[in-house]
Amino acid sequence: MAKTIGNYFDELRGTRVWRSVFRGGTGSSTLRRSLAIQQNVFLHLFSTKVRRRMVGLSATWYLGTLTFGTFLILVVTGILLMLYYHPSVPQAYADMKDLQFVVSSGLFLRNLHRWSAHAMVFLVFAHMFKVFYRGAYRPPREFNWVIGIILLLVTLFLSYTGYLLPWDQLAFWAITVGSNIASAVPLFGNKIHFLMLGGNLVNANALLRFYVLHCMILPLTAILFIAIHFWRIRKDGGLYAQQSEPKTLAARAAGSAAAKGAQ
Amino acid sequence: MTDPKDFIAGTDSNARKSPTRVVFVTRRTSAQVKVTDEDQLQTYPEVLFRAAVAIEVLGIVLVLISLLFNAPLEGLADPSHTPNPAKAPWYFLGLQEMLHYFPPVVAGVLIPTLVVIALVVIPYFNINVEAEGLFLKDRARRLRIFYAVAIGLSVFLLFFDVYVALVPTLVVAAVMLVAANSSPESSSAFRRYLASKPLSYWIMTWFLVVLFVLTAVGTFFRGPGWSWVWPWRS
Repeated sequence: MAKTIGNYFDELRGTRVWRSVFRGGTGSSTLRRSLAIQQNVFLHLFSTKVRRRMVGLSATWYLGTLTFGTFLILVVTGILLMLYYHPSVPQAYADMKDLQFVVSSGLFLRNLHRWSAHAMVFLVFAHMFKVFYRGAYRPPREFNWVIGIILLLVTLFLSYTGYLLPWDQLAFWAITVGSNIASAVPLFGNKIHFLMLGGNLVNANALLRFYVLHCMILPLTAILFIAIHFWRIRKDGGLYAQQSEPKTLAARAAGSAAAKGAQ
Repeated sequence: MTDPKDFIAGTDSNARKSPTRVVFVTRRTSAQVKVTDEDQLQTYPEVLFRAAVAIEVLGIVLVLISLLFNAPLEGLADPSHTPNPAKAPWYFLGLQEMLHYFPPVVAGVLIPTLVVIALVVIPYFNINVEAEGLFLKDRARRLRIFYAVAIGLSVFLLFFDVYVALVPTLVVAAVMLVAANSSPESSSAFRRYLASKPLSYWIMTWFLVVLFVLTAVGTFFRGPGWSWVWPWRS
């Protein structure tokens, strides 16, 4: 019998080296597949099993998964963009022009980062509203909802800090408009404004601060809270399935209406 | 399963190990204590595979968009030359639209803070755990409160000329009135749906609609000096 690619893969998974890397072991038994999740530092955040009806498209529209997908794309394209970017004035803008005209696929890289960022903000909002309308925020998941709100804010700050980095007119004035709002905070407004920008105006200091926030502090914060967010799904009983909650009046009414129709 | 009690009581005793134990499980601890046996999939490989496919499809769509449309890049930042209008990123345009009507401390600080607080307390706001329709119980009193809030809010928005928020507010209020006059036994599926919706649903829907309208107006209908423009006439 000819060997298939699958056979070679099984062989590979049986080698000493593979076994030393992946703790789950080989085989396709339910036990082995469970171990593949439970014995992996990243995958153990997830449940070993998921209710079948929660896997269908209509249950979640995969909005959380897709949001995480945009985050992955943003990390990869972001790191590549960092290779070509200097957070200084006016070099930052010159780097944008270089990305456009000099760097191979530089324009594509920036496009992908920019559109993925917009997509992420949109998907985070969509995910939030979908979770709300499904009622998936209810106890015992209330704290995971709060973590979700934190992630919404982190996403907005990520997008907002990234907005300044091209150092073009659009960036400069959007950040000027936005940062002026901080000045309106009672008592500490001007202090917060100064702390945010490293000065009284959007200038080279602000660019450096936004760069550090955008490339270091906020992504690390996001990764931390994403990990907790995923882990809490498992700890709080898996993806919320409507049936496990008390029946709503709607369902009862639909039942009684159907009963009336049958009479 | 007609009218469940407020709690379920169970007894268990093991004479050798412990005296009689009684357990009361209240209805409020719903999700965790009800064990349901239902069909499950292994996360590895089935669910992870689906997630990977979803992310790949997303990647393909974003790559296509990136190949077709270039990210905007204007001239070098120039502090001495203010573009008109200077717009924030699209997700903040709802806020910027509010800034047009209210002082910055209200539109830029108070409103966003209240929104974030409101979002955080949603799951702790235990008033309607049963998720029963807003107008099904205590209808007369709730209708009075609804009228007071809706009219008060409308007058407030009218006073500050915030028509862009007034219109969606009135639309949502009108739908709520339909809900108030719908029976959960109605023959129309839509009316049954409306009648079953709790207060939190209406607040969130109002927030969503207003947010959407404000963002759309800020993005497409605002020109120089934040004046109203028609996007198809420029």
